[in-house]
Amino acid sequence: MMNQLFKLDKGLEAIGGETSATKPPRCIIEVENLSAWYGHKAVLKNISVGIGVRSITALIGPSGCGKSTFIRCINRLHEVAEGGKVAGKIMKDGQDIYAPDIDPVDIRRSIGMVFQRASVFPTMSIFSNVASGITLTRIWSRRRDLQDVVERSLRKAALWEEVKDKLDQSGASLSGGQQQRLCIARAIAIEPEIILMDEPCSALDPISTLKIEELMLEIKKDYTVVIVTHNMQQAARVSDWTGFMLLGDLIEYAPTREVFTVPKDKRTEDYITGRFG
Amino acid sequence: MPREAYQRNLKELQDEVLVLGSMIEKALERSMQALKGRDLDLARQVLAEDKHIDKKRYEIEEQALDIMSCQAPMASDLRILLAILSIVTDLERMGDHAAGNAKIAVMIGDEPPLKPLIDLPRMNDRVIDMLHRSLNAFITHDAEAARKIVPEDDDIDNLYDQVFRELLTFMMEDPRTITRATRLIWVGHNLERTGDRVTNICERVVFMVTGKMEELGVSTY
Repeated sequence: MMNQLFKLDKGLEAIGGETSATKPPRCIIEVENLSAWYGHKAVLKNISVGIGVRSITALIGPSGCGKSTFIRCINRLHEVAEGGKVAGKIMKDGQDIYAPDIDPVDIRRSIGMVFQRASVFPTMSIFSNVASGITLTRIWSRRRDLQDVVERSLRKAALWEEVKDKLDQSGASLSGGQQQRLCIARAIAIEPEIILMDEPCSALDPISTLKIEELMLEIKKDYTVVIVTHNMQQAARVSDWTGFMLLGDLIEYAPTREVFTVPKDKRTEDYITGRFG
Repeated sequence: MPREAYQRNLKELQDEVLVLGSMIEKALERSMQALKGRDLDLARQVLAEDKHIDKKRYEIEEQALDIMSCQAPMASDLRILLAILSIVTDLERMGDHAAGNAKIAVMIGDEPPLKPLIDLPRMNDRVIDMLHRSLNAFITHDAEAARKIVPEDDDIDNLYDQVFRELLTFMMEDPRTITRATRLIWVGHNLERTGDRVTNICERVVFMVTGKMEELGVSTY
């Protein structure tokens, strides 16, 4: 009997490491043949990829590989850089975000961004920092509603308990980690669908980093998160899918577990095991 | 900048597995020598040296833990470390089987021999050879070589069958031989289990190289 069981089991062959899909089952963003340039210098080369909805996608790769440019293309920030040019398609919910009739401001409203250094407005209070996105886009006007949104956003960003008694103090009075969470609250306040994070923890201490990571895992229930990180452990800890980029190419894109246990491409393997850098 | 010190540590750790492997080979060889030559001193020596095997296994585990906690290994490096942790457990248990046979040599002591030992030393030689090649496959990261070793465990099982049947005949013919024959069956069983553990090592080598966990061998026992 036991032998029969073993034989059946053997028929299943691989227990782990079997590669599955080439993109997540449900994508909110579909990138097709995306290339980008700074002047004549190509920084992204023909990238096609799908970003899973309400999940965390991590982009890893050495400096200058095009990770940041890639996410800046997703919310149409790359084109405002000097010499910034984009070709190819980025479809969000089936619509090309680079179509002529699309207003980039609308895109940036639904695709928020958090940068490496917390970009807190230093002359504004904590409250105003969170409310600024809403007041700028004039989608909210009544003070009462604004208060609700600010509180909700700060709660979602796991910052409410720490700042609820000092909402009128300057945003600059907060610690680095708190400032970064304030930026996340500000991004959340305008109810985006996607939050792009460009090395959000690289200037933070380990505890603050942990808080941001916990926060990412929490907000992915409601939002799609794309994170650029140099910290491979971070990518392994938080993300569902991971893309490895090198010199403007997307070398490998797969579920995170596969990338970090059985990468398919030797270049990915060499990078994540530290054999080149 | 490649991580040279880390890669060196990882390489050294793999070499340490070979050191443990050679300790096991030696224990297997000497326990059979003790059984064949009724050398009680040698048997006691094998028993005493089992402690060194246990110690070496823990040292390797500790070093693997150090690398895991301090170097955050990924991908094939991580699989190497997982394979090492599994392989040293199998090796340590093989050491116990060798010590078990040494203990049986002591138990047999100077009782008159039941029969000249032929198949058991043959089993022992085959197992040592398989072990040696499985560790070669480990150090050279050769999944194919590891896969080829696995079917040879059937030969070990067949030899064990042969030994078992022969000793059963002895016992049926003369019940006075039951104690001595049973002890030799234990020796055969220890060697059969050692063969199974070689199969485990081969499976781990395949996993280490390919990332796929496969059940390669189905032992008769």
